Amino acid sequence: MAAGKKSQKKKSALIINGVLILICGIWLLPTVGVFITSFRDSQDIFNSGWWAVFPHKEDINIGEIILDDAVDVNGKIPVEGINASFEELREGITLPDGRKLTWIGNKRSRKIIISERQWVGFANNLSIDNYKDVITGKEITFTDSAGNEILRKGNNLGGAFLNSIAVAVPATIIPILIAAFAAFGFSWLKFPGRDLFFTMIIAMLVVPLQISLIPILQDYTKLQLNGTFLGIWLAHTGFGLPLATYLLFNYISSLPRELLEAAYIDGATNFTILVRLILPLSVPALASFAIFQFLWVWNDYLVSLVFLGEKSRVITYALASIVGEKGQDWHLLTSGAFVSMLLPMAVFFMLQRYFVRGMLAGSVKG
Amino acid sequence: MQGPHEKSCAFAHFISWFTTIIGRVFISLFVPAITFLVLWKVFLFLRDSDAPQSIIVLVAILWGVGGVAMLFVISNWLVEQLPGNWGRRLQPFVFIGPAVVIMGWYLTIPVFRTLVLSFKDPLGQDWVGKGWAIFNNYKFAFTDRIMLETFRNNFLWMVLGTALSVGVGLLIAVLADRSQFESIYKAIIFMPMAISFVGAGVIWKFVYTYRGEGVGIHEIGILNAIVLALGGKSQPWLSLPPWNNLFLIIIMAWLQTGFAMVVISSAIKGVPFELLEAARIDGATEVQAFFKITIPYIKGTLITVTTTIIIFSLKLFDIVRVMTGGNNGTNVIANEFYLQRFTYGNTGRASAIAIVLLLAVIPVIINNLREFNKNRRAF
Amino acid sequence: MSKIYKLLVIGLVLSFVLMACQPATPAEEPAPVEEATAEEAPEEPAAVDPLPQGQELANAFDGLYEGTVVTMAGPFTDADAVKFDNSIVPFEEATGIDIQYEGSKEFEASITIRVDGGDAPDIVDFPQPGLLSTMVAKGQVIDLNTVIDNDWMAKNYIQSWLDMGTMQGPDGPIMAGVWGRANGKSLVFYPKAEFDTAGYTVPETWDELMALTELIAADGDTPWCIGIESGAATGWAMTDWMEDVILRTTSLENYDKWVAGELLFNSPEVKKALSYVTAIWFNDAYVYGGQASIPTTFFGDAPTPMFDSPPKCWLHRQGNFITSFFPEGKVAGVDYDFFYLPPIDEQYGKPVLGAGDIYAMFNDRPEVRAVIQYFSTADSVKGWVEAGGAISPHNDSELDWYADSVTRGVAEIILNADSFRFDASDLMPGAVGAGTFWKYMTDYVSGSIDEDTALQQIDESWPTE
Repeated sequence: MAAGKKSQKKKSALIINGVLILICGIWLLPTVGVFITSFRDSQDIFNSGWWAVFPHKEDINIGEIILDDAVDVNGKIPVEGINASFEELREGITLPDGRKLTWIGNKRSRKIIISERQWVGFANNLSIDNYKDVITGKEITFTDSAGNEILRKGNNLGGAFLNSIAVAVPATIIPILIAAFAAFGFSWLKFPGRDLFFTMIIAMLVVPLQISLIPILQDYTKLQLNGTFLGIWLAHTGFGLPLATYLLFNYISSLPRELLEAAYIDGATNFTILVRLILPLSVPALASFAIFQFLWVWNDYLVSLVFLGEKSRVITYALASIVGEKGQDWHLLTSGAFVSMLLPMAVFFMLQRYFVRGMLAGSVKG
Repeated sequence: MQGPHEKSCAFAHFISWFTTIIGRVFISLFVPAITFLVLWKVFLFLRDSDAPQSIIVLVAILWGVGGVAMLFVISNWLVEQLPGNWGRRLQPFVFIGPAVVIMGWYLTIPVFRTLVLSFKDPLGQDWVGKGWAIFNNYKFAFTDRIMLETFRNNFLWMVLGTALSVGVGLLIAVLADRSQFESIYKAIIFMPMAISFVGAGVIWKFVYTYRGEGVGIHEIGILNAIVLALGGKSQPWLSLPPWNNLFLIIIMAWLQTGFAMVVISSAIKGVPFELLEAARIDGATEVQAFFKITIPYIKGTLITVTTTIIIFSLKLFDIVRVMTGGNNGTNVIANEFYLQRFTYGNTGRASAIAIVLLLAVIPVIINNLREFNKNRRAF
Repeated sequence: MSKIYKLLVIGLVLSFVLMACQPATPAEEPAPVEEATAEEAPEEPAAVDPLPQGQELANAFDGLYEGTVVTMAGPFTDADAVKFDNSIVPFEEATGIDIQYEGSKEFEASITIRVDGGDAPDIVDFPQPGLLSTMVAKGQVIDLNTVIDNDWMAKNYIQSWLDMGTMQGPDGPIMAGVWGRANGKSLVFYPKAEFDTAGYTVPETWDELMALTELIAADGDTPWCIGIESGAATGWAMTDWMEDVILRTTSLENYDKWVAGELLFNSPEVKKALSYVTAIWFNDAYVYGGQASIPTTFFGDAPTPMFDSPPKCWLHRQGNFITSFFPEGKVAGVDYDFFYLPPIDEQYGKPVLGAGDIYAMFNDRPEVRAVIQYFSTADSVKGWVEAGGAISPHNDSELDWYADSVTRGVAEIILNADSFRFDASDLMPGAVGAGTFWKYMTDYVSGSIDEDTALQQIDESWPTE
């Protein structure tokens, strides 16, 4: 009986891990593709799929035939012991001995390539050049009026990184702080207008932030907040608050009432309850919202473009200006995407340890 | 102050009482004043200083975070100084005040401005005549061919996108909770969230891209490569209505599942172990325990996550903008809003579209309020 | 406890007295530098003789505005931004005016927000005049008639440019901006070396072009490389083709009427033009990758197969800016060359389709006036022209500035054009020109709607006022 249960358990663990690995595989596939792409040469990216870096069988040229002018390319063409039309040759014909004939170019080229299917190993033309280009900023060379080659170093990604941190850290913590107070107020305090204000907050969840940009910029111009860190923190706070309040409200309002009752009986004030009891208990919710807010701020382009501008350029701005206006420099986009992903992933791993079971263990009565 | 004479004792008592009250009042004024002064000075320093960037960044972070914390501590302290019931009555507003004020400034007031603009001419410049003409922008929003298309698409996004994200997020959160490799699985599902929209656009171009047919053309998109390897014909996935909507929704699910998973997972962590153990001892299978204990326990979180993702799917436009530009029947409301507002300069029309978006979410809000009132047990 | 309070009270009173003696710090502190100069500068005596462009430019070269800052915004990023910056360096060095250029990828949105939000940059570079005309209609743009000498403008630009720069403001037409950079669009690029080896010849007429197309197809290749994907702007490359053909199949009057919304899309003239385009586009034997690949191919990648060895496609119709998307190391005049998209009907001559960047002024300060006056001269774009990638619309530019034969050829075509017309989609109202025209043409090419629906829908989307 016990052994059966054990094997049952093993079996279910296997199934669970199997399902998870399958889903994660699907999830990873696009990213892996781009991760590999980010190491490839900019030309290779367009000529073959990223999976071509793995060992695979490929047609390798082993010779070529140039047809002489006497051959009529519009009829059946005798070559290597077979007769085939131009169209057939262009599609490629595999000879009985495994070699393949492929016409290259149009009828005027008169060129046929003989190839053989062979194994190709791991691609060896992968490099970190794309990353170098992104981090240092692509070097741009062109000729000036005197005919000199001018080389201009790209932008300062390190500075942009710092600016992004200066924007993202307070723009993450401030809304959490404000939202935690508000969520506590909405969940556990009685006051007139509670429903009204709470409705407002949920309704604000759906407001596209684009409608606020112009009025806020007008106010900022008057207050001289344009281009200041304070301005952009407040903006991100304003745009992030509805979700922060909503998520934290959901968590804080579901905390056991008995816990708070006990604290009130001990004579604690609202403020101490919030700071000493609620906040520590809400760490998982705080941590999960912190991650999202951090990510949104980190990846934001438009808000920082409008309120912070060029003076303190953030990382999305720096990356956007490396990649040309119309150009789809995929090799830079891919590596840039990974560079800017590093910190958010680090934050995720850092905060992940707060998502642990048993924060509330022992505090709940059955 | 030292050594008061006996005669003047009563007077001294009065002075003492008087200065205490005055002192309270003065401190009540002075402490915030000092705080604001310090904050203002640092703000000026940050705005005008030429100090090394790293120092500015450090000061900025300390200043911003510390400043907000101090504002709360001080205003709470002030309210607690108030006599009698006033403190109790005002304290909730100290707690929710900053959130309401900031949201009011950044979102609510702009919404009302938008409402006004939506009744003006399409450009949002002048008032249009009298009567029904003020609804012209709404007439456009509800009758224009592109708008009707966006309604259909947003409905698809809302239903399929939310179902996929929440469903897979829940599945992962529950399963990963029972696996020893939990953090790895969760990191993988979470990863797309860390990628910017531009990056995500590139990633999915490498999935859906279509090079066409012809001699010597190699597909570089993995989806077409798989289809070709299986003996099929490559397809221009993103220009095949109505299926292209589904392919775009998959991108959203890929991005948003991480959100659903993290929030649901943190709720699952909150399910008391004792409850589950008790159910197991009573002979419930894992599946039964899941539906009888876990689901009811995390119901609030599920509603929250679903609401958030529904709203996200209504607001979404980046994916569409990056991947298809809204062509071939893939346009969505928010993208049309963006185009009307910023590309066409039709502020009035765009405002009406934004208001329609707000209206669309009213049922969701009502449902949420109902849930909210159900749990209403405030002190 | 009470002692502490007493002490504090004294301290407080003292400090309030002290504070009262200090000047109120916050309110007066930031004195905006710019306004100060704006008020002072016009009173300065005109110490120097004015230049033909205006007084301020002369003042600037005299060093009167040294140390001032002029902010600019536009869509140039990356290499374009560098080339632009470098081409204005001589001016900055000569005058001491610092021109701060900010390029962004979400240019349309960010500029609308900044202008409406009262935080407009001094000068904005619009790659399409449509968005500018919306701002002119709202009265946000400064009329350059009062800034730059009219005689100079008439002298330095051909009339078409001036007409296109004149836009309808709330109080009548104004000169909304000066043209800083031009593009020619009626060009067909081909891989010259391979083209010559194969023995093909450059066509002079549309029939010859179609014969060449047929010939290349018969030889087993797809003649045309076409791609119209461009993110949120997908479709513009299709509209360029249409405009080029409309100029060749109907009169200039009709083209202008079409731009103004008086000639319907669903009219015989437009349909006829469209049939010329689709005769090529919808023939899978003529287009590399086939019709279905056109909307999914990025316009910048479209010409790449032309440079494969041997070429997989041979002809690519596009503006001169496409050369910056060509693979690195390809030499103009050797690896590639271009020919003028041949006329279809002789009676309509050899029209040229073009586009350009228009610089508009949002803040009126002397140094801004100086800079915009400077942009009306070819000197402002000289460095860019020499670096390649730009064509000067100014009459005082010189052909030997151009770095390679191809751009010089394009410049020649534009300067000598007997009829030059601006990109219609750029001139139409934004909702059509940057909206439904692109969108429905893309849908039509993708095959998700038919021709009549597409044209009808574009007509219906035309603003009704």
